[in-house]
Amino acid sequence: MKLKSQTTQKIAFTLLGLAAVTVIVPVILILVILIQRGWPAISWQFLTEMPRMGMRAGGIFPAIMGTLCLVACAISVALPLGVLTAIYLVEYAKKNWWTRMIEIAIVNLAGVPSVVYGLFGLGLFVIFFHFGSSILAGALTLAIMELPVIITSSKEALMSVPRSFREASLALGVSKWETIRCVVLPNALPGILTGSILGVSRTAGETAPILFTVAAFYLPRLPQSIFDQCMALPYHLYVLSTQVPNVKPALQYGTALVLVGMVFSLNLVAILVRAHIRSKKQW
Amino acid sequence: MDKIIVKDLNIDYGGVPALKGVNFSVKDKEILGVIGPANSGKTSFLRALNRLNDLDLACRMKGSILLNGKDINREMDAEEVRKKVTMVFALPIPLPMSIFDNVAYGPRRHGVKDKKKLEEIVEKSLKASFLWEEVKDRLSSSGMKLSGGQQQRLCIARTLAVEPEVILYDEPCSGLDPISTAKVEEAMRELKSRYTQILVTNNVKQAARVGDRVAFFLMGDLVEIDEAQKLFTTPRDKRTNDYLTGRFG
Repeated sequence: MKLKSQTTQKIAFTLLGLAAVTVIVPVILILVILIQRGWPAISWQFLTEMPRMGMRAGGIFPAIMGTLCLVACAISVALPLGVLTAIYLVEYAKKNWWTRMIEIAIVNLAGVPSVVYGLFGLGLFVIFFHFGSSILAGALTLAIMELPVIITSSKEALMSVPRSFREASLALGVSKWETIRCVVLPNALPGILTGSILGVSRTAGETAPILFTVAAFYLPRLPQSIFDQCMALPYHLYVLSTQVPNVKPALQYGTALVLVGMVFSLNLVAILVRAHIRSKKQW
Repeated sequence: MDKIIVKDLNIDYGGVPALKGVNFSVKDKEILGVIGPANSGKTSFLRALNRLNDLDLACRMKGSILLNGKDINREMDAEEVRKKVTMVFALPIPLPMSIFDNVAYGPRRHGVKDKKKLEEIVEKSLKASFLWEEVKDRLSSSGMKLSGGQQQRLCIARTLAVEPEVILYDEPCSGLDPISTAKVEEAMRELKSRYTQILVTNNVKQAARVGDRVAFFLMGDLVEIDEAQKLFTTPRDKRTNDYLTGRFG
């Protein structure tokens, strides 16, 4: 009997181990293949030059810049909006049907397919608001996509600040808003930042939302303002892979490697921030 | 002179009564000990005095509480009440910041910006709570790193810094060892000359040691309130006697 239970345990452990390995295999394979085939393409020129010869040569500088622009603009809209919403929901909102509606809406927002966001952005920002196909329209579309992630992680970060801190501050006659500003927010900030960076890194690689709202097939110059179109890494990768004949594979893999590298470094920043704060956390 | 007058105070939490028609007053600059078993309404009473009960949406209150003759629920706003009637909690809750910032937290939020003034307030408050000598060389280190007893005295210093008139203690020594407890009690006695203090405690002996008068709560009723000496030697009510002699509780 004892032997049998040990045997089943071994089988269970093996299965669990296999499941875990199965999960990391694709990640490792993607990285190995990308680095193996893309690395030869990476050079200073590749990162800093405009594309040449119908994008079959030269660099991907405008696409990198475009993606950075989009990410920066999207986060500068989504972060304040998301954090303020989270503060309202956690600190002020009463538990009634209206609050529940907002929360349900946020959960559903997270489940909307990205191509639907793209069409929504096209309808609202590009056409209705007359922004045209522009960085502004694309960034706003991405911002809406980021919102659920930012709100959810901010809410969790705010709720993880102990209630006793709030009471200690309120008991000194400090107003509720001052308490939130001086006690709750500083302690929730690391969680908010980490969650937001992860939200951003997810949207940085999205193609569908920018397809209709901002991304350009090819532009001979960099965007001059937020009302210009721009190139973006995910869309550029799509174009290189499917729309332009006779592109050297190294160029495609190199582009993919840069995109993955950017997303990965964003995640790395989030992980480092979190680790740093955890080591200093006092409660 | 009466500092606080409680008139016909009823409190319930979602229909469950916690305090049933309590009437009494607290004299200026006295230490009032409040004793009673669990669920007797002591803490509800304390949290009504600085309107912390407002935060609990299920809490309903009837009756009135007058501070210096003004109704705290109708004639004052919550921040004003809490600034005058501050609270030290059961578990020491230093905020996650330095010792100096902990004590300066209240005054800063109430608009004191001058660095010299803040330093003065911090030193004065820490001296009053008997913590100054132990921390004066490490004011910039974290308040969380102090021992439990030191943290509680830091919390007392933090409440003193906002220059309250009344200090409420909600079982302030429940997590402390006897030596730290003695130091906290010593601080309370020293503060007697300037503040009205109300001490809720599970420890009957503590109420006897520091209280001028003692109130005994049971099941939401105020059973008896009297001079500490009298209440402990010749209680008028049989229930008080039973509690004090350990027949229940």
